[in-house]
Amino acid sequence: MTSSADTGARLPTRSAAFEKRLRQRYAQERRFKLFGLFAIIVSIAILFVLLGNMTINGIGGFQRAELEVPIDFAESGLAGDAATLSQPGAVQTLEIQGLPEIVAFAAEQHIGAAGAEQLSQHAWREVADDLRADPAMLREQKTFWLPASGNLAQGMDGEGSPELQALATQLKRAGVLEKRFDWGFLIRSDATDPQQVGVWGALKGSILTMIVTLALAFPIGVLSALYLEEYAPKNRWTDVIEVSINNLAAVPSIIFGLLGLAVFLWIFPNMRSAPLIGGMTLALMTMPVIVISGRNAIKAVPPSIRDGALAVGASPVQVVFHHVLPLALPGILTGTIIGMARALGETAPLLLIGMRAFVATPPDGFTSPATVLPVQIFLWSDEIDRGFIERTSAAIIVLLLFLLVMNALAIYLRNKFEKTW
Amino acid sequence: MTVIHDMDDKAEPKMRASDVSVFYGDKKAIDDVSIDIPTKFVTAFIGPSGCGKSTFLRTLNRMNDTIPSARVEGQIELDGEDVYSSGMDVVQLRARVGMVFQKPNPFPKSIYENIAYGPKIHGLAESKGELDEIVERSLQRAGLWNEVKDRLGESGTALSGGQQQRLCIARAIAVDPEVILMDEPASALDPIATAKIEELIDDLAGRYAIVIVTHSMQQAARVSQRTAFFHLGKMVEYGPTDQIFTNPLEERTKDYITGRYG
Repeated sequence: MTSSADTGARLPTRSAAFEKRLRQRYAQERRFKLFGLFAIIVSIAILFVLLGNMTINGIGGFQRAELEVPIDFAESGLAGDAATLSQPGAVQTLEIQGLPEIVAFAAEQHIGAAGAEQLSQHAWREVADDLRADPAMLREQKTFWLPASGNLAQGMDGEGSPELQALATQLKRAGVLEKRFDWGFLIRSDATDPQQVGVWGALKGSILTMIVTLALAFPIGVLSALYLEEYAPKNRWTDVIEVSINNLAAVPSIIFGLLGLAVFLWIFPNMRSAPLIGGMTLALMTMPVIVISGRNAIKAVPPSIRDGALAVGASPVQVVFHHVLPLALPGILTGTIIGMARALGETAPLLLIGMRAFVATPPDGFTSPATVLPVQIFLWSDEIDRGFIERTSAAIIVLLLFLLVMNALAIYLRNKFEKTW
Repeated sequence: MTVIHDMDDKAEPKMRASDVSVFYGDKKAIDDVSIDIPTKFVTAFIGPSGCGKSTFLRTLNRMNDTIPSARVEGQIELDGEDVYSSGMDVVQLRARVGMVFQKPNPFPKSIYENIAYGPKIHGLAESKGELDEIVERSLQRAGLWNEVKDRLGESGTALSGGQQQRLCIARAIAVDPEVILMDEPASALDPIATAKIEELIDDLAGRYAIVIVTHSMQQAARVSQRTAFFHLGKMVEYGPTDQIFTNPLEERTKDYITGRYG
């Protein structure tokens, strides 16, 4: 036994070299933490720039240039009552009765001939729609804000011909031309005039397509994952299947579009542009993602739970449906979120099966022609008319919000099913 | 190499294994084991780690079926019926031969659901009232009722380790089995929880045939009336517990229980 002072000097953990190494280790850790923090900050900054840019550009897209037009229906001599206005052909009836002229005349009276000329051609249709919604208006005077022409809207932004710019300034000063929030953007569909476009047709197309995708990909994906994990013998064939599924998840999406074109449209030749075909094509793309995440989630269910269920006499199917599936569901849902989010943003395969058509009416069902939000965005971004720029950004915001709502729902479901063991 | 001491005649065999061998692939894990498991007694399997006692236990209710490479030779009978014959339904077998595992494995469901699950899938209860009765009776037999009666809706995984294991025992007895297999049921528990489990095994012994695998020789001595000593996949010796511990016939048994190897 040596004295403690003696050993203190010679112990390896008390040497200067050891302390230097220790300092280096701490420095290394600090550096690593800083790099990580830096990476996070960069990605958050990029996200904020992206979202900020979209929001600033997109807010304008939810507004449109509108002209103030007061119409006195009592004096206009427009005939009609609640009964006629509720009939299907009411808009045509109003057109025959001279509603377009009444609107044009009222506009001329209020904002002058030059301003009235810049009223959108379709402005009277909005008046007609309002009349159908509230026939009592026919006996009153009512002030409408009606869409201006695309040219006047450009003039308002300081673009286009100098005459129109001057007119816009003049009308604005008179208080009859304003940028107003356009709720109609959310309920109208595609149009050639950026003042008249809306996103509802594409949104509804997206919703219908996603329903088809989910209805096909989720059950097929989950059942495949269950079969492969729980029942399939582990042999060369299941290895081949596993590799194939993994490869399927990595196939470029446009290839799936070609497949949809070649197979689905060959089987259903009359369904070009239909959400059913689009959904089926996207389901092919989404299914492997669900299979892979589902298999991992099923693998993560502890074998002790399976044993416990088997030991009280549960049959294999009961083990799967009473125990394994409920425990694996949160993981499966995570994969489904990822797959569906990808499908929602997918453009390329849908272009090939004809979902890029100009569709001016929202789809009635799964088999009527439709387009989807990302394709709509793609189409609008290609338009020459400058009025579409802001509309494109607004459509992107709608797409992002749709994505958020979808993900929030899935995360809510996942947390609801999440259990600890 | 099996040695059978004289057994008292009261013990009628509930399960009988004859010349049982178990293979994992080409590897022989159990070599030619023959044993009678009496009803209303506790039979302990002791032996060093990896000696095959757990493997043998799992062949008794065909839990080894879940391992694709496992293969069983020989015959195992439950009340004279061949467990591995095509006529034996494995679901029914496991309802008759319950099992408790080394690590407590309650389902991530409520305490009530944990117990009610077995009776539900086997249709043992006609009504909600009957099911309630089964749950209460099972928890009472497992000595857990007083601790959990006010929180049957809470998750089974929220209980302490010892309570979880008693919950698993209650789950096993809820389906009214004839045999209960216990695979080192107390090895993950502290001494107090272990004592409770051992007490419980004592209480249950009069009602069921119980087979317990244990690492602890003291535990085997305390709870069992029969002890089988396994070594390297063979059953070396089987007999009344006090005889195995005081006067083993085989040299290897003596070496093991005196701590010469383990």
